[in-house]
Amino acid sequence: MLSYLLKRLAIGLVTLFVASLVVFAVLEVVPGDPARLMLGMGASEDAIAALRDQMGLNQPLALRYLSWAGHMLIGDFGRSYTYGVPVRELIAERIAVSLPLAVMALLLSMAVAIPVGLFSAARRGRASDMAVMGVTQLGVAIPNFWFALLLVYVFAVTLRLVPAGGFPGWSAGPGPAFQALILPALALALPQAAILARVTRSALIETLSEDYIRTARAKGLTRSAVLYRHALRNAMIPVLTILGLQFAFLLAGTIIIENVFYLPGLGRLVFQAITQRDLIVVEGLVMLLVATIILVNLVVDLLYAAVDPRLRSPR
Amino acid sequence: MALLEIERLSVSIGATSILRDVDMTLDRGMVHALVGESGSGKTMTALALMQLLPHGAAMNGHIRLAGKDIATASESEMCRLRGAEIGMVFQEPMTALNPVKTIGEQVAEGIRWHTGASRAEAEEQARAMLDRVGLPPARFPLDRYPHQLSGGQRQRVVIAIACALKPRLLIADEPTTALDVILQAQILDLLKSLVAENDMGLLLISHDLAVVADMADRITILRRGEVVESGETVRVLSAPADPYTRRFTQASLHMPDRPAPKAASGTPLLSVGNLTREYPGSRIELFSRAVPTRAVDNVSFEMAEGQSIALVGRSGCGKSTLARMVLALDRPTSGEIRLDGQRIDNLPDDDALRQARQKMQIVFQDPYGSFDPRQKAETLVAEPLHLLDRKPTPVERRERVATVLERVGLSPDDMDKYPHQFSGGQRQRLAIARAIITGPKLVVADEPVSALDVSIRARILDLFADLTGKLGLAWLFITHDLNVARAMAEHVIVMDEGRIVEQGRTDDVLQNPQSEAARALVAASPDLRLILSGKLREQG
Repeated sequence: MLSYLLKRLAIGLVTLFVASLVVFAVLEVVPGDPARLMLGMGASEDAIAALRDQMGLNQPLALRYLSWAGHMLIGDFGRSYTYGVPVRELIAERIAVSLPLAVMALLLSMAVAIPVGLFSAARRGRASDMAVMGVTQLGVAIPNFWFALLLVYVFAVTLRLVPAGGFPGWSAGPGPAFQALILPALALALPQAAILARVTRSALIETLSEDYIRTARAKGLTRSAVLYRHALRNAMIPVLTILGLQFAFLLAGTIIIENVFYLPGLGRLVFQAITQRDLIVVEGLVMLLVATIILVNLVVDLLYAAVDPRLRSPR
Repeated sequence: MALLEIERLSVSIGATSILRDVDMTLDRGMVHALVGESGSGKTMTALALMQLLPHGAAMNGHIRLAGKDIATASESEMCRLRGAEIGMVFQEPMTALNPVKTIGEQVAEGIRWHTGASRAEAEEQARAMLDRVGLPPARFPLDRYPHQLSGGQRQRVVIAIACALKPRLLIADEPTTALDVILQAQILDLLKSLVAENDMGLLLISHDLAVVADMADRITILRRGEVVESGETVRVLSAPADPYTRRFTQASLHMPDRPAPKAASGTPLLSVGNLTREYPGSRIELFSRAVPTRAVDNVSFEMAEGQSIALVGRSGCGKSTLARMVLALDRPTSGEIRLDGQRIDNLPDDDALRQARQKMQIVFQDPYGSFDPRQKAETLVAEPLHLLDRKPTPVERRERVATVLERVGLSPDDMDKYPHQFSGGQRQRLAIARAIITGPKLVVADEPVSALDVSIRARILDLFADLTGKLGLAWLFITHDLNVARAMAEHVIVMDEGRIVEQGRTDDVLQNPQSEAARALVAASPDLRLILSGKLREQG
């Protein structure tokens, strides 16, 4: 078990290192001089040269990589060209929105998808299964910004239960913050839940054809007892895989929903940084996301081992 | 009153009839065998008794368990019966247990489900049951997972689950088919004693007449969903009334006509000297040294041209590892292998390997798994031709394929078919055609008939004998089935724990085994002829 964990950890660290090389290299070859961009069109060549020097852009590549990576390791992501504040502060501000949003969406998605998957798998081939699967198909197909607008119309404009957009910040207490996040979380969760429900259903159905399911039935267990006690845990591996991928997406791939709800999240920050060629912010964000995804994968690997004892054994 | 009475049981799936008017009676304390070839409806009968038939199956007729008709029982009534009144043991122990639950949980689960016992009580009973099936607490605590157990041990767990509540009826569907003969004998003994102890009725489903003759009081023979003959086992098997039963018993006893072996001369075809193969062991703990395991340990033997040798032993004795090295699919840790006088264990390059491979081919156990389902027979059979020094033209290729197909008893027209269009026996013929197309001198056959029905198996054994005579092939049969060894090989090598413990003429070794391992193998292998004559003598 320990060696399994260490192996995963080592793989994660190597991935992180390679990713940092790639991120650094790609942004190095992107056309456009950051110093020129920051100073604007009318800047003199002298001023640009001075800024380049100040930003360390004239140093050799290897040295620049080492100092960049070294600073990042101690949590110093540099200073944004456009905002003029430390990148760390920018990111921290945005994560306070994006992380709770992603977690809420993921929990919502699981809370809906796993029971739906179980329901459908238990009634596979019957009309109720077909109907539920039809709905999930719709859930995958509906664009989430459209669903978001619908939610805004119903719950914010008509029923006036929650605000239509914006984020009050956590300083005002958790109540208003959660209220601001609930609609975006629902909009994000819908397609994820639809996909997850389909994966759960098909994983369960595959598991239900295994020999040990027949053994359990021969013990006298009812169909539903077999489903919950024997099939569900064995079907968790593909479900966990999808969950890991979804979490990574929910953290930063939510720019459209953030725009619909005027949320100051990571997705919008990524977008703004790219359009403004704020390379330091882009680098910092990309590295943060890479690290998050590696961490999520590590957690997923650990969950695999928790589910399946065969992965825990020495061999 | 009989324990189990099946009357006019019919099962169909859609328009396909699976069982037609099956009748059968089983008494308490008795073993009743249900015998037939694959597709005869044996397993379907068992599943019908449990009402676990596949989706869409329709069932008719009466099934009375201790007088009560259960054919019309509701699902909830059946849930009360399954596991409590009727237990079932399955064919494939490797997949019959839930991999994410401990053996204790799995045995205790049925006990708790039916009796409402507390976890502690159920675990206590599960412990006692596991002890009873030969899994003592010191080595098999309740928190073991299935993957930590071998196939035979897993089958014991499945039996413990099935017998935990002392059901009146136990159904065992090919319970030992996936196990080697030694384990088979142990599991059959266990079943026999459990039946006697608890006065259960055992419905034993099998295709193996030797097992059945040894175990069963009565027998029912099924063919294509219908009962062809039933009665007292020894009577039915020694004096079959129905022509199908007669063919079936004859096929089980079949010995092919082997050509007399030619006197060996000159250099041996294959010579294996002091061969050892070690595998790096797994580390028990993170920083402990791994101890390598020796799969093959200092093995030496020789094989003459045209000679047939059977390599026998239990599963895990190293026979397959040895065969892989002979075929240059694996490199030995030490020792040497010569084919036609030339070293093949350390061939310098791919070209030398290609040359050597022309002379040796393999036939696998599973005719289903060894073919790409998307390729035509011609492509599959012609596969080894790339080993030849000169690539044949498409026309030559078709000719060669046609020739070997005829040689193995298929038609040249079969060349354009896909694997799924062949039956199991035909597919094994296809595999043999693929093995002989390069004109090899040595063919290694790994359990070549153990996945086949008896009648097909008899014909495939004939084919092996025929090819030996016509092509002068040398065969290395890898098997745990002594009947195959007896039928096919003049020479037998017995392996145990990686070593050769005994070798010699097949008849000598099998009639008078010297080593402990060989004696155990012989003792555990059921021999239909011997069992029948013994039982007839008992009955006078």
